[in-house]
Amino acid sequence: MLPEIQEFFHMGGYAFYVWSSYGLCFIVLVLNIIIPLCREKVIIRSIAIQVHRKQQK
Amino acid sequence: MNRKRRNVVFAVCFIVAGMTIATTLALKAFRENLLYFYSPSQVQAGKAPQSRPFRIGGLVEEKSVVRNPDNLTVQFVLTDTMQTVTVVYDGILPDLFREGKGVVANGKLRSDGVFEAFEVLAKHDENYMPPEVADALAAANKPITVNSVVKPE
Amino acid sequence: MLRHINQFASPKNFYALSCKLVHYFGGACLLLFVAGVFGGLLFSPPDYQQGESVRIIYVHVPSAWMSLFVYIVMAGAGTIGLIWRIKIMDVIARSSAPLGASFTFLALATGSLWGKPMWGAWWVWDARLTSELILLFLYLGYIALQSAIEDPRMAARAGAILALIGIINIPIIHFSVEWWSTLHQGPTVSKLDAPSIHIDMLIPLLLMALAYMCYFISAVLMRARCDLLALERNSAWVGELIGERSR
Repeated sequence: MLPEIQEFFHMGGYAFYVWSSYGLCFIVLVLNIIIPLCREKVIIRSIAIQVHRKQQK
Repeated sequence: MNRKRRNVVFAVCFIVAGMTIATTLALKAFRENLLYFYSPSQVQAGKAPQSRPFRIGGLVEEKSVVRNPDNLTVQFVLTDTMQTVTVVYDGILPDLFREGKGVVANGKLRSDGVFEAFEVLAKHDENYMPPEVADALAAANKPITVNSVVKPE
Repeated sequence: MLRHINQFASPKNFYALSCKLVHYFGGACLLLFVAGVFGGLLFSPPDYQQGESVRIIYVHVPSAWMSLFVYIVMAGAGTIGLIWRIKIMDVIARSSAPLGASFTFLALATGSLWGKPMWGAWWVWDARLTSELILLFLYLGYIALQSAIEDPRMAARAGAILALIGIINIPIIHFSVEWWSTLHQGPTVSKLDAPSIHIDMLIPLLLMALAYMCYFISAVLMRARCDLLALERNSAWVGELIGERSR
């Protein structure tokens, strides 16, 4: 079992190229989800403060 | 559709049409420079630059690769099925360098007609298949169709 | 017909509907990604020439396809926004740009990682690679233009015009490998005669392409929702929505 797993990660000698391609895609795609999520939080909070102020007036 | 909107539509059409015409003309004018490599036929016809380096592309002729046992020097024949050019190269060949497959070599044409390359890149074809399938095709004597390596002029 | 579009395109309705769409497409994307990655890394065979390095195709080709598709979406939405003045379309065009730039970057980077072992070079200045690099600059130029102009209407208009001018690059990228001799090989999947990729490799490739498509839809809607909230922060529906939520 172990040599098979090792062979899988070795990728026939192309491990660096294959794994960095997949890793890079994963990082970029996940970042593009996290950034709008964070932005949404910030915007909603700032609008909530604005609404709150209006109600107090 | 009101008039303002129609003007915007006209402007959009104008931009796209203008850009298309301009680009077509520009690409026609620079056609030569956009060629990444010359074919052996073009080289033999004297169309390739004589004094400066250029790239040459074609298939490595079967059984033409000669390796010098003492150093890394390799000699092989490039063909586009019409004409051939002999190439010498001193360096490490890419993994995909095979007889019968495409390569692009960068270098200079010597006065004796031999191309002295300082860089050899492999040009792989657009076919992807498991080795067993390729073996089966070879056993059945079925050729693997490849889009021509060298584009017609 | 137009009234229906307008109704859907009203920011309030769009905001409500897009929330559902983000979830549906996000879920589909996750499933397809898992299937595509497992299919590509574990179940698909190595190539007869390229061995295991061919597995880069499952991330490289979908990225490249999406880089072109997103540009068409961006230019199309921008043009519709320009002509019919639909705010949602401006927002979608603007939200597409960073995603398109990401896909283009991924196509170039994974292509480079594939080119080094196979061709023997990280980068070559052939027509395909150069035109794809120009696409990246078009996206970056669009993003820079958007952040340089403060008035959202003006920014959308200028962006749409830039996107329209750049759209000529899309057919050039696609046909570059047929028009000129390039180091990059010709088309595989769209080749008209026999499909020149084995079915065991084609299935994970198409799964990944679908995953990327679903990813783009949900990611662009997420961005568009943020933009819309920020743009409409003073309107009544946003006030009600946030007021209800914070209570």
